[in-house]
Amino acid sequence: MTLLKVEDLKVYFPVRGGVFNRKIGDIKAVDGVSFDIEPGETYGLVGESGSGKTTTGKAVMGLNNVTEGKIYYDGELLNADKKGQKVDIRKDIQMIFQDPYSSLNPRKRVLDIVAEPLRNYEKMSKKEEKETVQRLLSRVGLGPESMVKYPHEFSGGQRQRIGVARAIALKPKLIIMDEPVSALDVSVQAQVLNFMQEIQKELNLTYLFISHDLGVVKHMCDRIGIMYNGRFVEEGLKEDIFNDPQHIYTKRLVAAIPDIDPRNRKENIDFRERVKDEYSNSYYDYFNEEGLAYQLKPITDTHRVALPEKG
Amino acid sequence: MWKFTVRRLLISAPQILLLSIIIFWLAKQMPGDALTGLIDPNISAERKEEMREQLGLNNPWYIQYKDWLAGAVQGDFGESFRYKMDVSELVWQRIVNTFWLSLVSVFFIYAIGLPLGIISGRYNDKLIDQLITGYTYIGFATPIFIFGLVSLWVFGFMLGWFPTGGSVEPGLEPGTLEYILSKLQHLLLPSLAIALIGTVGTVQYLRSEIIDTKQKDFILTARAKGAPERRVYNKHIFRNSILPIAAFFGYEIVNLINGTIFIEQIFAYPGMGNLFIESILQRDFSVVTALVLITGVGAIVGALLSDIILSIVDPRIRIK
Amino acid sequence: MSNPLLEIKNLKTSFRIGEEYYAAVDDVSLTVNENEVLAIVGESGSGKSALAFSVMGLHNRAKIEGEILFKGNDIANLPPKKLNKIRGKELSMIFQDPLTALNPLMEVGRQIDEVLFLHNSKLPKAKRKEYIVELLERVEIPRPEHVYNQFPHELSGGMRQRVIIAIAIANQPELLIADEPTTALDVTIQAQILDLIRELKNDLNSGVILITHDLGVVAEMADRVAVMYAGQIVEVADVDMLFNNPQHPYTRSLLSSIPLLEDEQDRLHVIHGIVPSLKNLPREGCRFSARMPWIDDDVHEEHPELHEISPGHFVRCTCYKHFYFPEENKEDQSHDITQS
Repeated sequence: MTLLKVEDLKVYFPVRGGVFNRKIGDIKAVDGVSFDIEPGETYGLVGESGSGKTTTGKAVMGLNNVTEGKIYYDGELLNADKKGQKVDIRKDIQMIFQDPYSSLNPRKRVLDIVAEPLRNYEKMSKKEEKETVQRLLSRVGLGPESMVKYPHEFSGGQRQRIGVARAIALKPKLIIMDEPVSALDVSVQAQVLNFMQEIQKELNLTYLFISHDLGVVKHMCDRIGIMYNGRFVEEGLKEDIFNDPQHIYTKRLVAAIPDIDPRNRKENIDFRERVKDEYSNSYYDYFNEEGLAYQLKPITDTHRVALPEKG
Repeated sequence: MWKFTVRRLLISAPQILLLSIIIFWLAKQMPGDALTGLIDPNISAERKEEMREQLGLNNPWYIQYKDWLAGAVQGDFGESFRYKMDVSELVWQRIVNTFWLSLVSVFFIYAIGLPLGIISGRYNDKLIDQLITGYTYIGFATPIFIFGLVSLWVFGFMLGWFPTGGSVEPGLEPGTLEYILSKLQHLLLPSLAIALIGTVGTVQYLRSEIIDTKQKDFILTARAKGAPERRVYNKHIFRNSILPIAAFFGYEIVNLINGTIFIEQIFAYPGMGNLFIESILQRDFSVVTALVLITGVGAIVGALLSDIILSIVDPRIRIK
Repeated sequence: MSNPLLEIKNLKTSFRIGEEYYAAVDDVSLTVNENEVLAIVGESGSGKSALAFSVMGLHNRAKIEGEILFKGNDIANLPPKKLNKIRGKELSMIFQDPLTALNPLMEVGRQIDEVLFLHNSKLPKAKRKEYIVELLERVEIPRPEHVYNQFPHELSGGMRQRVIIAIAIANQPELLIADEPTTALDVTIQAQILDLIRELKNDLNSGVILITHDLGVVAEMADRVAVMYAGQIVEVADVDMLFNNPQHPYTRSLLSSIPLLEDEQDRLHVIHGIVPSLKNLPREGCRFSARMPWIDDDVHEEHPELHEISPGHFVRCTCYKHFYFPEENKEDQSHDITQS
């Protein structure tokens, strides 16, 4: 059973201008995106800035108005109307943000930060609440003494753990992670990634993992969707994407990642050069006149690529 | 950019209209009307009523408002009951005086504020900065009328350096050099009093802008280019810090209107503020409404000016 | 034998916190040669940026001790007048964040012009403009004549970084310091910018100091690598040597903590503990020892020094000989990564 189903999602932002500041056009941040996420898997949404990956995540979370399209969670339509979000379903979806330094209110104690979703959704006595928070904190590896501290007393990695504790407070099933480790140092990043994998197994969580870092995505994700200009260019299992990329944009993205072995340097530079040539030579085979990707077409059971209509 | 200006102008129009309605309504709430103090008290009540009817004072408020507005647009605010002359003529004399006072005050505000703000921001936390900051605190804490009174007493009466009232020595021929010098002499003390108190906001604002700009990354870029400190300050720090000050210019005008009201009263300087307070005390309502409307429009235009200046000097707004 | 382009000797850069000075760069010695890329790698707080700023003389209130010999002349603590003769000319810098490193109120052309004017004021304005357009072409900015009159906010991040590079190379510097030049950019843009820096280095025969936290960037760009931890250099080696035969525990830990594209790792290695703050840096003994508590205390030197273990390969402290990952040792499974 599919946990999350996104169908032809479109999120447009109005562009205003002229003397009366009227709407004169749209920015099509997300322009017809469809994907499914199965329970327990980690689905990676990859793209560069402006690709629409974060907007997609926010739309699923209900933080953006959806212009068109449907989002189903566990078979139920989430965006039936704009206001009346189904409260009990919303509980099941939580989000973790990029910057552990600004996503926690600096004037609140950790106790209040983690207890916030509990206070919104569940009636608990002060004592119950405290016990729950303590349990959540110990689950993310923080001691009970951290409850009375403020965010600035923690390192970046620890702060991201506090964010996780808050996100899992309501026992969600799906967690949307928007660049959760981009702001962290390499060693701290490793710590947070490992920890997220652990907690996923423990609580049987499903992740929608949004990132620009292909190395991290490959490490974390089972399936991956590559976005460009608001559309998917390719989607498939991790192996499909990394071992057998079909779309020219995916090829270029994969080729751009620095190789950790300096002995391959010359090869990489040549390879990148070849991909660059291929990209400019075959650009119009892969993108329409507006520079947008075509609809995804299945090439195997798991692998879909945005290719033009003709055979 | 012109789109922005036009849009901004379009917003100002209803603001001014709303302001005029409020002022008109307030004037109507005050006891008495144009006839109350104007005519012979022996005239019969019927005759008064007739005159009211004739003057349109019995019309519904929106008709009266329309008539008043029509007059106001053409500069006709009725007659001052105290001076027995057209309000517009009376006010015009005073506006000219206040204009000069304000102009000289603005000059002093920037002549004092810019160097102090720049020095204070550049050498922040040094002794000189602490002295200047100390001055701004005193300036913030001192009410302008007290400062005005004290300086009038010290420099006007005790030392006798400046005249203690009026806008010009009586008996001088307008247009002669002596007349102009006398005008200037009368302006000096009140405008300095306004500026010394009024400039502290500018000093503090500029100081914090400079301290802020100093820490920007592009300052490092400038230093890495090998630019000497003087150039880094002149080309990058001051230029970028003065921008919001320039944009503040329009609001400075609004501030001045407040300042001049007290100062003109204290220095017996025949300007708008002085007239305003007199008229309130004398219940000379046609003058009061005219003055309130003029200063109100002045404030709205000042804000408009600020926005337009900012849109001209800041390329981030200028180029969309 | 030719002298190195830049020779840093026992550099110590200290910042004042309260009444005391704390060294962010502590006794660092390095050399950079012509047409060579020296990468300085480290995490935040390692002192790598403080080192770069010391060379450029960009620190405002730091105490700088030791020598920075640029073409044989000591430029540490040089009076501003003399320093400004070489900054932007023989010595220049590329900054990290293209969104903030350009003056928002000045046209792009004028910002490049400034660095030409400062070092070459005799060149007439028209000639300078001609040259700037060439420069913009050189850094692969399309429509250079048009961009000349544009403001930074009208350009994308990648384009702005090209402008910053154009400023840096305008006077054909002999030493170029690039401080995290691609950290704020997308991967495809990063690849282009790195290509550009590499080409320019070859064209100008310049030395490059590349400051980065990204080991992938190091592997692609560097000839030699210096790894910094807590203000000190812990390992220096040729790039091949460093990646294929890393020795210092910190280098090894860092390398095994990044997710690789090539092979699958179930778990990433996590370095125990946290990076100490400037105030809490251990100043005695091996600075990394606190991050590997499972290693015996007596394998460290009392005053750890850099040892040349093979030609050009230096490692600090003797503990590298005894280091192993806790995962490699069965009895140490109790070490739980969630306990940081």
